[in-house]
This record gives sequence, C-alpha cells and structure tokens, in this order.
Amino acid sequence: MNAPTSAKSLAMPAETKSAETKPAEAKPRQEAGYNYAYLDEQTKRSIRRALLKAVAIPGYQVPFGSREMPMPYGWGTGGVQVTASVLGPDDTLKVIDQGADDTTNAVSIRRFFAKTAGVKTTTRTEEASVIQTRHRIPETPLKAGQIVVFQVPIPEPLRWLEASEAETRKMHALEEYGVMHVKLYEDVARFGRISVAYDYPVKVDGRYIMRPSPIPKFDNPKLDRSPALMLFGAGREQRIYAVPPYTEVRSLDFEDHPFEVESWPRCCALCGAKDSFLDEIIVDDQGGRQFVCSDTDYCEARRAAGHRGPA
Amino acid sequence: MYVAVKGGEQAIDNAHRLLAEERRGNPEQQEISVAQISGQLALAVDRVMAEGSLYDRELAALAIKQARGDMIEAIFLLRAYRTTLPRFGYSEPLRSDRMQVRRRVSATFKDLPGGQLLGPTFDYTHRLLDMTLLDDGEPSAQPAAERVGESSDGPLPRVVDLLNDEGLIETETPADERDVGDLTRESLTFPAGRDLRLQNLARADEGFLLGLGYSTQRGYGNNHPFAGEIRMGEVAVEFVPEELGFPIEIGEITVTECQMINQFQGSEQAPPQFTRGYGLVFGQSERKAMSMALVDRALRASELGEEAENPAQDEEFVLYHSDNVQATGFVEHLKLPHYVDFQSELTVLRRLRADFETASGPVPEAAE
Amino acid sequence: MTAHPDSAVEIAAGFPDPVLDSQAAFRAILDAMAHPGRIATVGMQLSPPAPLAPASLACVLSLCDHETPLWLDDAASSLAASFRFHCGAPLVGAPDRAAFALCCGPLPALAGFGQGTAEYPEHSTTVICQVSALGDGVPMTLRGPGIDGGQQLSVAGLPDDFSAQWAANGALFPQGVDVILTQGQRLVALPRSVKIEPEVGTCMSQ
Repeated sequence: MNAPTSAKSLAMPAETKSAETKPAEAKPRQEAGYNYAYLDEQTKRSIRRALLKAVAIPGYQVPFGSREMPMPYGWGTGGVQVTASVLGPDDTLKVIDQGADDTTNAVSIRRFFAKTAGVKTTTRTEEASVIQTRHRIPETPLKAGQIVVFQVPIPEPLRWLEASEAETRKMHALEEYGVMHVKLYEDVARFGRISVAYDYPVKVDGRYIMRPSPIPKFDNPKLDRSPALMLFGAGREQRIYAVPPYTEVRSLDFEDHPFEVESWPRCCALCGAKDSFLDEIIVDDQGGRQFVCSDTDYCEARRAAGHRGPA
Repeated sequence: MYVAVKGGEQAIDNAHRLLAEERRGNPEQQEISVAQISGQLALAVDRVMAEGSLYDRELAALAIKQARGDMIEAIFLLRAYRTTLPRFGYSEPLRSDRMQVRRRVSATFKDLPGGQLLGPTFDYTHRLLDMTLLDDGEPSAQPAAERVGESSDGPLPRVVDLLNDEGLIETETPADERDVGDLTRESLTFPAGRDLRLQNLARADEGFLLGLGYSTQRGYGNNHPFAGEIRMGEVAVEFVPEELGFPIEIGEITVTECQMINQFQGSEQAPPQFTRGYGLVFGQSERKAMSMALVDRALRASELGEEAENPAQDEEFVLYHSDNVQATGFVEHLKLPHYVDFQSELTVLRRLRADFETASGPVPEAAE
Repeated sequence: MTAHPDSAVEIAAGFPDPVLDSQAAFRAILDAMAHPGRIATVGMQLSPPAPLAPASLACVLSLCDHETPLWLDDAASSLAASFRFHCGAPLVGAPDRAAFALCCGPLPALAGFGQGTAEYPEHSTTVICQVSALGDGVPMTLRGPGIDGGQQLSVAGLPDDFSAQWAANGALFPQGVDVILTQGQRLVALPRSVKIEPEVGTCMSQ
C-alpha cells in the first residue's frame, strides 16, 4: 500500500482519541495518555487484518507493518503487538517465558499489559483467555476459546537453507519443500536420526511448512488439532501466522525415522511429573543435577494437589 | 534442595533503581542539562535524530541523557516514541536546491557558482587534544569567526544540475508522490523500490553504512565515485493542509545532502553518462550522507545492468541488516533465557553420543 | 445519526466507544474466522440506516481505513459517505482491487473479486455479504481448519450456485477470497480454507 498524500487521518474519529491526548508541546505522553493496549488504532487494525488472513491461510506468513515497541526486538515485540491487537477488558492474560511465569521478561510483558490495557493477569493456564509465550506450550491441555500468542524470532522455516526472502517466498508459493526433506535426511545419514531439537519444522493442514517458533519438539504434538487458536508474531521480521483450532499440524519425518519427542530418564524432582518437559538444574559445583518442570504453573498445581518428587 | 527461582519482579525493580543511580553518576557533579547536550553534543543529537527518524533536538538530547550516552539506546528511545505519534499527513518534498547553505564542497569542480563554502568542519583540524577544554571554562580566546561567508546569500545551484545541462548525468524523474512507500508502516517486500531503499538507508546505522560504503571502494562493487557535492544547511518543510490546498512552511530543519557522481558505461538504450548515488541525513553528518550515497549507488547495480555480487549490492542483505535497533535487539536477545531450547539440544546431543559410543567406531549409517 | 458536513446525506453513527468496540467486534470476527460456520454475535449498540446490518457496519468500522480499498455493491452505495467519514477508506469501482467488499444485495460472482497471488495470497478481497438468514435456510456441512469434524450451518439468501462457486474458490487455495456472512448482529466467517458439503436430504438428523 502507499502512503496517503493527504491528511486523511485528520478526518478519522477513531484516531482523535489518541491525538487529543497529545500535549501541544512535543513532550512524551504520560502512560495514561497512550492508547488502550499501547498501540494506536490504525496499527491495531492493520495487525487485525493480518491476523484474519493468517487464520484463513493456516501456516502462511502474512507480512505486516511491525512497529517499534517500547521493548527491544528479540524480547517479544511480535507477540506483544499481536496480544495488544487482540486483548480486551474481558480477557485474562498469562505470560510465560521458558514455561515459567516468573522469568524476568515474562514479568515485564505481563506488567506492560496490566498497565496499558488494565487487563487481569493470571499464572493459571486454565484461567487464561490469552496466553503469550516464548519457547513453550503449557503442559495443562489447552481449551477451546483460548488464544496462544507465540513470540517468534525467525518465522521462515526455510531460512537456514535459503537466505533470500524472495527465494523462500517462491518456494512456499510453489510448495517446493524438497530442500527441507533433504536437510532432515542428511541428518539421518550423518547421525542416524534427525538432530533437530527445537523449532522442529511442521506442515500445517497439508500445505505450508511452518516454524513452530523455537518450542522444543516435545511441544510439537500439542499443536496438532489443538482446540485453542495459535497466533504467531515476529516483530523484527514483520510476519504474522496462525494455526486455527483443530488443524492438522504434522512434524516432518520419514517412515523409517518417525518423529519422536524428548524424554527424560527421571521425573520432576519437585512434583514427580513424568509427562512434562524438564529443565536441568546444576545444584552444586560437583556437577550434581536435578530435573524440574519447566512449566512452573503445572508443577505448582501438582504440588498443591499433593504430588511430590524425589527432592 | 532446589527451590524454583522466584522474584523476577523484585529483580527488575532493583535493576531499574541501579540504572537510575548509574545514570546520575556522582551526585557531587552538576546534572547535565538537555539544553547542554543539545547545544554542545550537537552531532550526537544529529545522529540520534537521523537514525531515530524523528527531527526533534530536545527529545533526541533527552534520549541521549536517559540512555547515558549509549547512542543506539537513545535512537531506540526516540523510535519507540515516534511510533506512538499520530500522523497528520506527509510534507511536500524537501527542496535542497533552495537550502540556506552553511557548508558546501565539491570534489569535482575547482570553482563553481556560489563557490566552495567550508563551514563548520573537522576536515582541517589537527587532531590534537585541546587541553584548554579540560578546564570548565571557555577555550583560550579566539577571534570570533568571521560572519562573512558563514552561509550562502541565497540558493546555490546544485553541481549535478550543472552537469545535467550538458546531459552528462542521468536525469532523475521524481516518483509519483502517491507511490512513495513508507517502511515504518508496511513490511518490506523485494525487490524494494529506490524510495524504500533510500528511506531504509537514511535510518540505517552509520557504522554499518560506513563499512559497506568503504567495501565498495575496496573492490567489493566499485562504482568509481566522485563527491559531486556535499551541502549542509537549513531547508524549509512545507505542508499542504487539506482545507487550504496550498503549501505552507511549518518549519526548518538542518540536513546534509551528498550527491555522488559515478561512472557508467552506457548501454544500447542509454548513451554513456554519469550515474548518481544519493545521500540525505538529518543534521550534520557527512560521513553518513556520503556512505549512504555510495551504498545507494551500489544497490542500483541490477537496475543499471551491472553484476550484483557484493554485499553492498545485495538489496536484501543491506536492507535487512542496516537497522541498528533491529540488529541490537536480535543480537542482544541471546542473553534472554534459552533454557528450554538448550535442554532440547542437550537431550538430543546425549542421545547422539550414546548412539556413537554403542556403535564403537564410526557411526554406522554415516559410513555409507 | 449526525449530518455530514458536506452534504445532506445521512451519516451512520459509528461505534459508541471506537477503541473498545473495535476490539470487541474484531474478537467476534476472529472467533468466527477461527471457527468457520459458527455464528458469532457483535454486542455493541449500532443502528445503521437500511440496508446495512449492524454486524456489517461493525466489520467495516473495525477493519477498514485509508489503507483498505473498499468496494460497495449498488445496494450499499448509499453508505459511501458514511464509510468515507468513519474510515477514510478509498472506494474502488473494480471489485478485484478491493481489500474489502460489502454486498447488501445479491452476492456477485466470487471470481470477480481479488484472488491474491501465489506469493501473496493474502492480497485478496474479504467479502462481507449480508444474507437473509443465518441458522435457517439451505443447510450445509463445513469441514476444514477450525472445525472439529463437521460444522452444520444453514444460510438463506446465498446464490443457488454458491456451493459450486465456493468449490472453485477452494481450488485456488492458498489464493481465493474469504467471506463474512452477516445478518442483524450476527456473523459467520467462511475462510478460503473451509470446504462446504451440501447437505444431502434433511432427514438425517437424529
């Protein structure tokens, strides 16, 4: 689209709300002066349009005019813009980073929305209507009506095989995915198994190859036919994509080398869970290790229910 | 026994308090004022305005103060503020030919109408630390600079326009105004037009452009540049309010413009003629304007039928990596936790190692 | 209603709360797009002039602006001034150039709208089409992303050959149009990914 040449925005009532609060002098507005959920309405509209297209074309990366956010690129600006465009006063927001609600960046993003959108926040997966996440999908099964917003650093699954955006766009258009299979097969040839550990490529609804953002492959099966709506935002790379509910998401593999997820020889030291993704903690300078749930809410809920681990 | 880490909120609050203390520095010292930064670190302010894409000296100076002198952080602050500003419209194109020129040099003609105007430049300073500036007082008395020739009396003709009279340099046809893109509103797509390339370069990191421009001079996409003209001074910003229908001047900004003149052999369609590379930067920054002009010209390789094999000629490479706010974000995000991905890698690596050790020898399937 | 400054044309009132109503309308549309065939409701108070349905107005107000060329069918053309006033959306005469199309009369051929390109399939038209009934009329079963098994939907007021047109639209995937059907305050989305099976007979329900 092109830049408008006239001052059309002057005639747009939806914009005046934010414009009016701008003081006559060019001073930064107080937080109270920012629009609801920080972004201006025009930006939200453009992101909302991109989101609808993304849902209509599952797994396809829709370019969008990403804005500079008040946190650095790489800290989740794509996810934050998607969340800001979706969030309303009736929502309850959960933010996790590495599965945990209390990691500093999760805290920071949760605060941002509590402040700018006055939204309720929670650490409980089942209470949240919108969950923004970096690198994990909660262990607690997602429900219909929930929206998961993923922070995405590099959205293009073919990027490591082809640096040029013009080329990868053509490859998606022509469904020319041979290189990806070749890459995975080279792994099998060299290591005897596929060595991709996270950001494991998937095919969505039998058409587009998609990067699930760097979630561990452990979480890939949670994407398949999930009742929740999955939205992906890459701010720096200016892409939005989506997986609608109940959509087939297949991790790429070979008949003789089927997709498999990580497993641990032990359970969570705190809650005893055997079915969750475990973080490895170094507990002493002799190299002693403990394994605990990466999903802190899941672990706490289990302990509250009386489950105990060996620790 | 291990207890899950808590206290993210507290840690963040503490970090912010420490940062505020460090920013203030020694409280015995007088606090630096925004006006001092704006007035005495003017070139730093210029850079923050240029790469922050917002012409506001006061806010740029504030950003430098708040960022403790970290230029990219200051640029980031200004950018994040800029995003929230409502847009009332687009100005008329700047008329740099009508610039109130304070500095103008041409490397291509010894003399030209309006003459060379040295202006405030480091070019012929001897880089000797001036110890008199160590004292908080004024430097040793110097006669006031002669006001004569401080700026041009009127508009100065542009060197490229003089060449144009002879038809020796390509003519540039202004793009239809309606077709001027804006990469701060829409996602970049490729091939990008020159409008978007120039916008990207104008916001680009000075150091990145400097390195790329330099690489073209060292053989990575040489295009035989001459600094046709570099001019710095004040230009009027005009805007057409819808209700008036004619342009009114809404202010004046300082810009530096560089017109590079480059060789071109001509083709079957075009007679041999010089080609152009263009640089325009807010404030006074010749280094950036000149680098920009070199890279702009390099990026025109495909359009001009040249081989485009070098980094500075690769549109995607340059445009995707020139923005320091994006670059610093992605480089620095590596310090955020990656426990989960790393754990996945560890798990896979341990399995591969176990496979390797049980195979006792080279990995069996790899041998085939 | 307020008087348009330039003419005697009536201007439809916009959202009572532009920020929060836009958000609420968008969530209804997003929910509909993520659950094709499921009826969503826009709750805010809107009383647009005939023939415009509140749900159609909510779609336009929440999604259109000066960046989205808008096409209006003849029945909707009386609303041009309202949309120009509220959204600043440039009106286009050619349906294939529109980002959004609003049809208050019979749905024109889907093939006439923008279909996107293989590399940019999102550059297609989103067609907002008012129908005479949702949840009543010709029954169909929808399948595809967003649907757990099959989704039943009945619609009155679509062209007789809609199923065939929709099949042709689906054959273009990932290109093709997305459709939002509206009636009163209710709406249903048909993203291009969804497949429509006409119901064979109506006596199959238990």
